[in-house]
Amino acid sequence: MTTTLVDAPAKTAGKVSRTTTKSRMLPTIILILGAFYCLVPVLWVAVAATKGPTELFTTFSFWPSVHGGFWYNLTHLLDFRDGIFWRWALNSLIYAGLGSVLSVAVSTIAGYALAKYRFPGREVIFLTILAGVLVPQITLAVPQYLLLSKLGLVNSYLSVLLPSIISPYGIYLSRIYAAAVVSDDLLEAGRIDGAGEYRLAWSVGLRPMVPGMVTLLLLQFVAIWNNFLLPYLMIANDRRFPMTVGLYTMLNQGASQPALYSLVVMGVFLSVLPLIALFLFLQRYWRLDLVSGATKG
Amino acid sequence: MRRTSAPYVFVAPAVILLAIFLLVPIGYTVWLSLRASRVTGDGLGLRHEVFVAFDNYKSVLTAPDYVHGLLRMLGYGAIVVPVMLGLALSFALLLDVPRVRLTRFSRISIFLPYAVPGVIASLLWGFLYLPGVSPIRDAASALSLPVPDLLSPNTVLFSVANIGIWGGVGFNMIVLYTAVRGIPQELYDAARVDGASEVQIALRVKLPLITPALVMAGVFAIIATLQVYNEPATLAPLSDSISSSWVPLMAIYRDAFVNNDIYSAAAASVVLALGTLVVSAAALRVLQKRAFGLDR
Repeated sequence: MTTTLVDAPAKTAGKVSRTTTKSRMLPTIILILGAFYCLVPVLWVAVAATKGPTELFTTFSFWPSVHGGFWYNLTHLLDFRDGIFWRWALNSLIYAGLGSVLSVAVSTIAGYALAKYRFPGREVIFLTILAGVLVPQITLAVPQYLLLSKLGLVNSYLSVLLPSIISPYGIYLSRIYAAAVVSDDLLEAGRIDGAGEYRLAWSVGLRPMVPGMVTLLLLQFVAIWNNFLLPYLMIANDRRFPMTVGLYTMLNQGASQPALYSLVVMGVFLSVLPLIALFLFLQRYWRLDLVSGATKG
Repeated sequence: MRRTSAPYVFVAPAVILLAIFLLVPIGYTVWLSLRASRVTGDGLGLRHEVFVAFDNYKSVLTAPDYVHGLLRMLGYGAIVVPVMLGLALSFALLLDVPRVRLTRFSRISIFLPYAVPGVIASLLWGFLYLPGVSPIRDAASALSLPVPDLLSPNTVLFSVANIGIWGGVGFNMIVLYTAVRGIPQELYDAARVDGASEVQIALRVKLPLITPALVMAGVFAIIATLQVYNEPATLAPLSDSISSSWVPLMAIYRDAFVNNDIYSAAAASVVLALGTLVVSAAALRVLQKRAFGLDR
């Protein structure tokens, strides 16, 4: 079962249906209202980004401005403190990109071992991971900060990257997924042929797990990209801020300098664009049956 | 199976990271929560870290800040979890009704907010609430309705909850929709031959079959509720109605970094983490029982 965002294969064609026009209009209308609710704030920010600092508070909300506000906001945002916005975008990409790749690597290989080997300590590790799924990561952020500050690691890229790599939920999903898709028979056959465990893991174990890894990569990428409290605690130097923390601090300054609000709106608009593009592009690779626990061997 | 060291090598990176970033922080937090900085009676008036047993827990559990924050968080959860899951479930079932139009457009649009970070979503909605720029207020005054103050003490809980719902409904919809799509088509055909309407099929066939997925979504929604921080913290600069201890995590942050009282912050973290563990484990048990009850 590979359901993705795009696929909506025609349901059993030609079946007898008593569906009347009315009974299909209502669901359509409700769904469009839902779509409207979800889209309007994003559309509003696109419209608001066209307004200069004075127009933002004076013109009607849903009417885009043609007085060059867009250009003003864009150039002023990109010039803001020597182009620090680009730096924040790059940092977000580094934290989320590198963090999610490492996280998936660690989770996949651990999930594979937990699913396919019986070894002393396995139960303890798995129970710890389950507890880790249920303990909010965010409550750990403060003690993680205190520990890393003892190690002198705070305010560095590592202080955000390292805690982002460990994802108990990712390991848990990988274990379920490995149990479902990696064939025990193939592993046994390989062992009889004398293949080593590392070669088996690489050639028999990991290959069928690739679709699950891609889903996990996307989930983790979004989780790190969206993370706020961890980098907010760890990083004091604004040149190492990710975009979320950067825009937040700009908003805080906006309370005393309202002219910054229109730049923050532009920043919000620019920061939403790449993730939306990423999603529309990657949606076919989603395997969210993994998340709902539908994959059971 | 042969004896091999391979599984240990495979789990080593995960175990090392778990130990450093999960177990040690938990242990360290518990340790800190039992201590405090006190002026000791050696006549010099110096502050020393001393063992105070459960004093921090007592003061945290009786501090009005924390208690109010906790109640507010529960109120937030009582709004967000049922509304978000109710909407997600309705959308998922409606998407699966035969011959509904524009499903691809609706599905992608409703999912879109998932791509928007919580902080950015809060900034975005913050501007939609903010007097002076709010299109909601503009629309209300254009229709000569009473203009709502969306950031007043009475409304701000709903305004924050709305951001949580907006951000979470699409992801849960997709998870539930995926579960619905996994149901064998033959079940519907049999029901249709028996003369069941689409509403009956949705409620009597699809809903019971996707209950396990709904349970998982519910547990994760509860966990997310207990760690609500981004939305109120981001809205705080825009509204006087959000105090620095509006939800427990904000109070923890304030104690640890503004008041320099890491001991109280640690005790509050332990309470919150334990609470989450208990609530989510209990929810999992109860909901699962109900899920299996429905199956039979």
